[in-house]
Amino acid sequence: MIRYFLTRLAGAIPTLLIIVTVTFFLMRAAPGGPFDQEQTLPPEIMANLQSAYGLDRPIWTQYGRYLAALVRGDFGPSFKYKDFTVTELIRQGFPVTLQLGLIALALALFIGIPAGLFAALHHNSAADYATMSLAVLGLAIPTFVVLPFLGLLFGIYLHWLPIAGWEPGSIRHLALPTAALALPPLAYIARLTRGSMLEVLGSPFIRTAFAKGLPLHTVILRHALRPALMPVASYMVPAVASIMTGSLVVESIAGLPGIGRYLVQGALNRDYTLVLGMVIIYSTLLIGMGLLVDLLYAWLDPRVRP
Amino acid sequence: MSGLTDDAARRLRANPAAVFALYVILALVALALFGPWLNPNSIEALDWLHVAARPGLQSAHWFGTDRLGRDLFVRTLAGTRVSLGVGLVASVVSLVVGLSYGAIAGYSGGRTDHLMMRIIEILSGLPLIFFVILLTVVFGRSEYLLFFSIGAVGWLTMARIVRGQTMSIRRREFIEAAVASGANTRRIIVKHVIPNVIGPVIVYATLSVPQIVLFESFLSFLGLGVQEPHASLGTLIAEGAGEMESAPWILLVPGGFLALLLLCLNIFGDGLRDALDVKEG
Amino acid sequence: MVPTLSIEDLSISFAQRNARLEAVQRVSLAIAPAECVGIIGESGSGKTQVFMAAMGLLTKNAAASGSIRFEGGELLNADAAALNRIRGSKLTMIFQDPMTSLAPHLSIGLQLSEVLICHAGMSRRDAWSFAGDMLERVRVPQPKRRLREYPHQLSGGMRQRVMIGMSLLCEPKLVIADEPTSALDVTIQAQLIELLRVMRGELGMGLVLISHDLGVVAGLADRILVMYAGRIVESAPAGELFRHARHPYTAEMLKCIPKLSGPRLARLPTLAGQPPQPGESLEGCAFAPRCPLVRDRCRTERPLLAGGGDFSVACHFPLSHE
Repeated sequence: MIRYFLTRLAGAIPTLLIIVTVTFFLMRAAPGGPFDQEQTLPPEIMANLQSAYGLDRPIWTQYGRYLAALVRGDFGPSFKYKDFTVTELIRQGFPVTLQLGLIALALALFIGIPAGLFAALHHNSAADYATMSLAVLGLAIPTFVVLPFLGLLFGIYLHWLPIAGWEPGSIRHLALPTAALALPPLAYIARLTRGSMLEVLGSPFIRTAFAKGLPLHTVILRHALRPALMPVASYMVPAVASIMTGSLVVESIAGLPGIGRYLVQGALNRDYTLVLGMVIIYSTLLIGMGLLVDLLYAWLDPRVRP
Repeated sequence: MSGLTDDAARRLRANPAAVFALYVILALVALALFGPWLNPNSIEALDWLHVAARPGLQSAHWFGTDRLGRDLFVRTLAGTRVSLGVGLVASVVSLVVGLSYGAIAGYSGGRTDHLMMRIIEILSGLPLIFFVILLTVVFGRSEYLLFFSIGAVGWLTMARIVRGQTMSIRRREFIEAAVASGANTRRIIVKHVIPNVIGPVIVYATLSVPQIVLFESFLSFLGLGVQEPHASLGTLIAEGAGEMESAPWILLVPGGFLALLLLCLNIFGDGLRDALDVKEG
Repeated sequence: MVPTLSIEDLSISFAQRNARLEAVQRVSLAIAPAECVGIIGESGSGKTQVFMAAMGLLTKNAAASGSIRFEGGELLNADAAALNRIRGSKLTMIFQDPMTSLAPHLSIGLQLSEVLICHAGMSRRDAWSFAGDMLERVRVPQPKRRLREYPHQLSGGMRQRVMIGMSLLCEPKLVIADEPTSALDVTIQAQLIELLRVMRGELGMGLVLISHDLGVVAGLADRILVMYAGRIVESAPAGELFRHARHPYTAEMLKCIPKLSGPRLARLPTLAGQPPQPGESLEGCAFAPRCPLVRDRCRTERPLLAGGGDFSVACHFPLSHE
């Protein structure tokens, strides 16, 4: 089992390296530079700046230095936020984004799976149709529409929850953003679970379980659930990707000081190192998620284990 | 030509939700295209007398106005036109790129195919927005980039589908005959492979419309999409979000439009998928 | 003497789109304690559905009427709690394909022991130990190791032994084996039938052996019922059936079995035609289209199951043997 994990890990590192490399060279290939928006500076000062940021070295040297720094955990200085290094910005913003994302993922799983189960067990009933209709709503309406709507309803009309701002450890400020963020993956997971459970319930081994006189809850929870969750496990990586994408918007609207906001700003400001750093963080997270999912598969289905 | 067979069409017609959704979509599109004739206000005109006015059927501005006094009804319809227009162009881009890529991969087979599919595998794992952001940083914001990025929403799966179909067609006799008779590869692909692949491609393109519209609005919302003076629904929603506390309708009107459009597109897409019995996921 | 299983006038129909399919039509039978009954029929004859109804395993679109009593208690349309007391413990079933009939993600030990924990109230440790003993009894090699393994790690024959063992854990009064060997090759088939014989000798339970293959049933059954198109068409003690089949269908089937003695045939005889689809309602005898002895009356009037005692047959012109 350990060996399986290590093999997968070894396979993931080249992918990450490719992403870092491609991103790096893409950034450097861009016309113009990070200082273009500034007022035109006298050439000597430009030269000094270039030198200070290491931009005058040959590109391979820059690449090498960047990689070396990366391994030390140093993402370089931000070109726009002059007083901060990217590492500091990441350290500030990452916990916020992580909290946001994890809570949203947890909501999606812990509400989505039971909802799907419920719909499957009450197949073709009014409750089933109602749940699935809600799921379509959750899937179709984009996060950046849902969040303001929720904010209007709960924040402005009902005054129950704050619509923006952030205090460390404050659940109230996270309530609406995580709800909005969780909604699309939640809906998808519910649909997925329902379909998968219905399929599993028609399997011969479930018939055997009933024939053995086992009570319904045992059949569902012990015999049906794990096989039924396989598609949900497969969906985990796209789910995290979806939450990452959504967090960009949610952080902007709700004014949460996470790294998503930096990414968007970095794009608009053409802040190379910042964007590069963010992309690496996000990619690492995704790849890490992929590894976790592989482990999850092995637990769910013994046939996968080596 | 494969695709929507009679059986599938009948199943689709029997699905009340899908049919209703289709009507709503057509109504919204019609409204977007012909609506401005119903309302004399122009997109640009700033009505200083009615800044941030509430919606009201009696007033000159049915859906109210925004912070600059622009009529929301007309602006929303214009935004819908932009969203749909960009979406359409992007779909075509996606179709062309995916079709070519998939056809080449499927036709070539062997190591070319393997490599091309590997690339798709790596690309599929990563969220599109990051690519768009990278490209935006590199190339700045431009219209072509926008079409390309949004087009990128569907091309991966499209390429996969086309490749699969191409591979199965490749092995059929008439292709062998064409190759034997010396026709060049490009001609074979264009004349034989593509017509046979068109069916599922059209279906998939239709099914990916909601994602494309969604992505376009998403980009515009973040400020990475359509630029001034054009405004898509996403841009309008971003404006509205800023005015949420004082003038919520600036958000609600375009937001409601987009939500309704996407909802119906999804419901119709689901119905289409059910009718064709395509597996989800 | 109360029959272990007593089925009266059982009819089962399935709702499909716009039609109702009659899969089983007014079947009655009784199984005495410790008796082994073979049920023979082609697919679509309804032979499996009868016992699915007994086990409460009919699909949601099925409607069943009549009565099924197990040791006097009514099973048909009984509630889940009542059913669960009986099935898996006193009335058990073995299914056709052991690969798909066992949960792929649960260990063999768990799938066995849960029956004991649920029905016999055993502790986990005792249940696992008992399960290991049962695996030994059904001749699964290295039983202790097998307990920790998963179904995909065992061969088809071993999996079916596990299923057999699973059905015997609580010393059932009646075991229903639905085509237990059809998914396996012939040599394994013989071993498993032998196993069933041995277990029956040890435990003395009743056995219902459902098959389309007379050969499988030959060695074990005391009595054989032949089903066709949802009805019982013949019932006789096993030996008698093979020597003197009364229904033309049975006779034709017997002709199809290759014999080791007798003249070599250029071609094996086969039964012409197809059985009627479930739900096809016909006038007259359902076998008439394929019967070599068919006469006019057969096509217009449906023969009822007639006869007494050990023998009954549903035919206007049953084969007689003087």
